[in-house]
Amino acid sequence: MTNAMPEPVTLPLSREEPFDPPGDLGRWREEGPIRPMLYADDHVGWLATGYSAVRAVLADPRFSTETTRLHPPISQRARLQALAKLPGFFIREDPPEHTRLRRLLTGQFTVRRMRQLEPRIEKITADRLDAMEREGAPADLVREFALPIPSLVICELLGVPYGDHERFQRDSTTLLSLESSIEQVREAMEDLLDYIRGLVVRKRAEPGDDLISGLIATGRLTDVEIAGASVLMLIAGHETTANMLALGTYTLLKNPAQLAALRDDPSLADAAVEELLRYLTIVHIGPVRTAMEDVEIEGYTIRAGESVTLSLGAANRDPERFDSPDTLDITRQATGHVSFGHGVHQCLGQQLARIEMRIGYPALLRRFPGLRLATPDEEVAMRSNMAIYGVHRLPVAW
Amino acid sequence: MRIKADTDVCIGAGMCVLTAADVFDQSEEDGTVVVLLPEPPADKEGAVRRAVQVCPSGALSIS
Repeated sequence: MTNAMPEPVTLPLSREEPFDPPGDLGRWREEGPIRPMLYADDHVGWLATGYSAVRAVLADPRFSTETTRLHPPISQRARLQALAKLPGFFIREDPPEHTRLRRLLTGQFTVRRMRQLEPRIEKITADRLDAMEREGAPADLVREFALPIPSLVICELLGVPYGDHERFQRDSTTLLSLESSIEQVREAMEDLLDYIRGLVVRKRAEPGDDLISGLIATGRLTDVEIAGASVLMLIAGHETTANMLALGTYTLLKNPAQLAALRDDPSLADAAVEELLRYLTIVHIGPVRTAMEDVEIEGYTIRAGESVTLSLGAANRDPERFDSPDTLDITRQATGHVSFGHGVHQCLGQQLARIEMRIGYPALLRRFPGLRLATPDEEVAMRSNMAIYGVHRLPVAW
Repeated sequence: MRIKADTDVCIGAGMCVLTAADVFDQSEEDGTVVVLLPEPPADKEGAVRRAVQVCPSGALSIS
């Protein structure tokens, strides 16, 4: 670039509006798709906010996702760097290790396989709605609906006893909280790994009809790798959809015409899910990649060793890609958003997440046509302090 | 239009199946792309172009 480079910025975390990315990100994107960013370890790397720049970096094999190469974008995240490299934790592996692990898993998460789970997910959803109805309003939608549904589903899929959910949910909350100390993060990860390792040992002796038993049966992974991969799928499998279900419902409650449209016309569900994914972009920080050699991205040279933080939220609001990007429109064609990432690490469980939402939102809205917030907006605690954005609690009545 | 799919590059995300279900499928074993209609009819070409565009791994191309 011949133009003077702007001063490095730091990554903003607080969202001025509950459903919009931090405002600075959009302003910076207008100035250019990539700009220098100061990392928590004083590294001066980059921040990408433009849709095509974000996709270009995520699709480029010259960028690494290995923990040891990444500079921490915010200070709290620096603590996570202290965690030892986890075998099997494939989100932090580059090819060819990543390819080997992912190939063993993708067959389990195809569109067809996930659709076969629909009746079961419908039943789980109906059971949660029955329970809410029995217990009566007000209810915390996170606790009663948004969190249990994906937790129950991923537990069944992996073969993890749901009865242990308090333990693994407590650990995953600690892992995702930006306020956890390094010690707390270490302990939570160790506890979760201990728990899953125990499960792997039991399944090796007595295999079940589940994904972890299936991975053991391939004979191509060590128990340590299976545990690492399973911890990743367990955390990713419930925290993300849970936050989309709760935050998405809150968004719809604030857009009553679109809520009514989705409730009354089931054929809108697929498009509504894509649009809520795009509009809300709950991945709150990163992902981050580091260049392994000098790479040119849209006229910017990212030198070997420099990190780039990809703002998925800013990319999903890029007017060059989406018309009126700051408007929620559940009838738009939002496919192509980067909420599940892009490139070889794009979310493994995305087809499962889509089905859980496509079943979950309409079922909730039809069961409780009078659904409403049971607390003033200013008392809804937003998850600005978590790696995955959403609401901590959502009190609702009907 | 002729579709080319590289199953070595494919990561089995399923975006093509989601976008053009009559044209693409995924293998039962490893989830990689199976092209059902390598020369899709004209009325599917728009969906196929979208599928190529949203593919996360760049496994699809058209000529």
